[in-house]
Amino acid sequence: MTGYLKPGLPAPAPAPDGLDAPFWDGLAQGRLRIQRCNLCDGWQWGPEWICHRCHSFDLRFDETPAEGVIFSHQRVWHPVHPALAEQGPHIIVLVELPDAGGVHIVGNLIGDPMQSLDIGASVRGVFEHHLDADPEFTLLQWERVD
Amino acid sequence: MIDRTLRGRVAVVGAAETEYYKHGQSPDAEFTLALKAIVAACENAGISPNEIDGFSSYSNDRNDASRLAAALNVNDLRVALMQWGGGGGGTAGAVANAAAAIATGQAECVVVFRALAQGQFGRFGQGPRRSHVAGPGAHTVPYGLMSAAQQFVMRVTRFMHDHGVEQEALRAVALASYHHAQSNPRALMYGRPLDEEKYDSSRWIVEPFHLYDCCQENDGAAAMILVSADRANDFPNDPCFVLGAVSGSHRRAGAPVHNDPTYATSSFATVAPRLYEMAGVGPPDVDVVQSYENFTGGVVMAMVEHGFCTPDQVNSFFRKDNLIADGGSLPLNTSGGNLAECYMHGLGLTIEAVRQVWGQSSSQVDSVDVSMMIAGPMVTPVSTCIFGSEAAL
Repeated sequence: MTGYLKPGLPAPAPAPDGLDAPFWDGLAQGRLRIQRCNLCDGWQWGPEWICHRCHSFDLRFDETPAEGVIFSHQRVWHPVHPALAEQGPHIIVLVELPDAGGVHIVGNLIGDPMQSLDIGASVRGVFEHHLDADPEFTLLQWERVD
Repeated sequence: MIDRTLRGRVAVVGAAETEYYKHGQSPDAEFTLALKAIVAACENAGISPNEIDGFSSYSNDRNDASRLAAALNVNDLRVALMQWGGGGGGTAGAVANAAAAIATGQAECVVVFRALAQGQFGRFGQGPRRSHVAGPGAHTVPYGLMSAAQQFVMRVTRFMHDHGVEQEALRAVALASYHHAQSNPRALMYGRPLDEEKYDSSRWIVEPFHLYDCCQENDGAAAMILVSADRANDFPNDPCFVLGAVSGSHRRAGAPVHNDPTYATSSFATVAPRLYEMAGVGPPDVDVVQSYENFTGGVVMAMVEHGFCTPDQVNSFFRKDNLIADGGSLPLNTSGGNLAECYMHGLGLTIEAVRQVWGQSSSQVDSVDVSMMIAGPMVTPVSTCIFGSEAAL
């Protein structure tokens, strides 16, 4: 599928140490998985090798609904990469996931790049599969619910 | 009980910078710039570079202390100090580390320095050019979130949303810097004034940052010489003492992928109280402030976290007339700062804070006894310091 942004940006790769591999595997399957502690059940993002709450090293990745609210946002005008030279304005949102302990995740807000940007607005995830890439990857984008 | 403080124990006795250049324009290599700034700072202090026995820098400065010591024929290298963390968050931390080394007898004469030659080593404000990205960047870069402006703007947007802060507050920071740069021949924006209309009509970088809300990128170097306070009167410049210098950040400020639990902050909430406690002064005692402008919004947040106004007072406090040396209640960034003098990762601002105590600023504030420098808003760790005159001790 065509991405929200023009092609040519660096593609995501799982961390060489495997820390976030279950997250990327989940996105490829259309599932959002966030790190969670097996001892205290607390959610944690970005991923780390230890639970910051109880210091357990026993962590898993749990599926959570790709539904959230806009915590903050930015409409970008200046191209910071040659791939974006002809992009024009585009939107990046910081989405809070209430079902995953309120952790934040970064994505693009698809739709009109000049749409109003409202902190607190509800958004749902859209899995953006890049099947023509080598290797394939999937981004999690967001769209307004209302 | 041992009095664990830096207050009054260390003095700044020399400071200098190279000529400042637009990024990529330095005729000198970065190491040469570092040497030139250090030699000039020694000349300003009236000492030989051989007398330096410590180097203190930050932001992974590339100019190795041992190479500098060999090049300068340093007699007795005692400390080589590097503050962790990128950006300019370590500027005042490098002062704190140098002062701590002197106060504890580890060294006698430490130079705090920073050198940047982006033509030689590449720029900050551009994204990576590689085909793949792994680690924390994998969760931001593929969405186009790459530059420092983008990294920090969502903190500012959330802060502005929470407190009803208007664009004009950010604009006032830019106007104050450019106003002061018109009196400073060192400033790259000397002779290039900024007014409201020019700001308002400038292009967006990323909303709400216009072009003029963003720091320059530059080549150059700066250095300052610190010695024990009991030698403060042995040098040509008036005595200027470190009253306090601290660094740090709040719990989980460095949580990856924008998961700082107190997100709409510039990271000084826990740091500023420690600074004031050490310095023995409070916000009303501060005569002039240099506050690191990576982006104007971070200055607003940092000033709030240092207690100069409440979040709800931002729109009335941040007016140009209130922030300039000629008549403002709290003059801000009196050299032109990172926006309009030079982006020397905040060390230019630190030197300006010292010059205000020395009475040597190009926008001198009357009778400065307490002069603050705030370093690197919105990164972690941040740092902040206060310099004072003899009367402030």
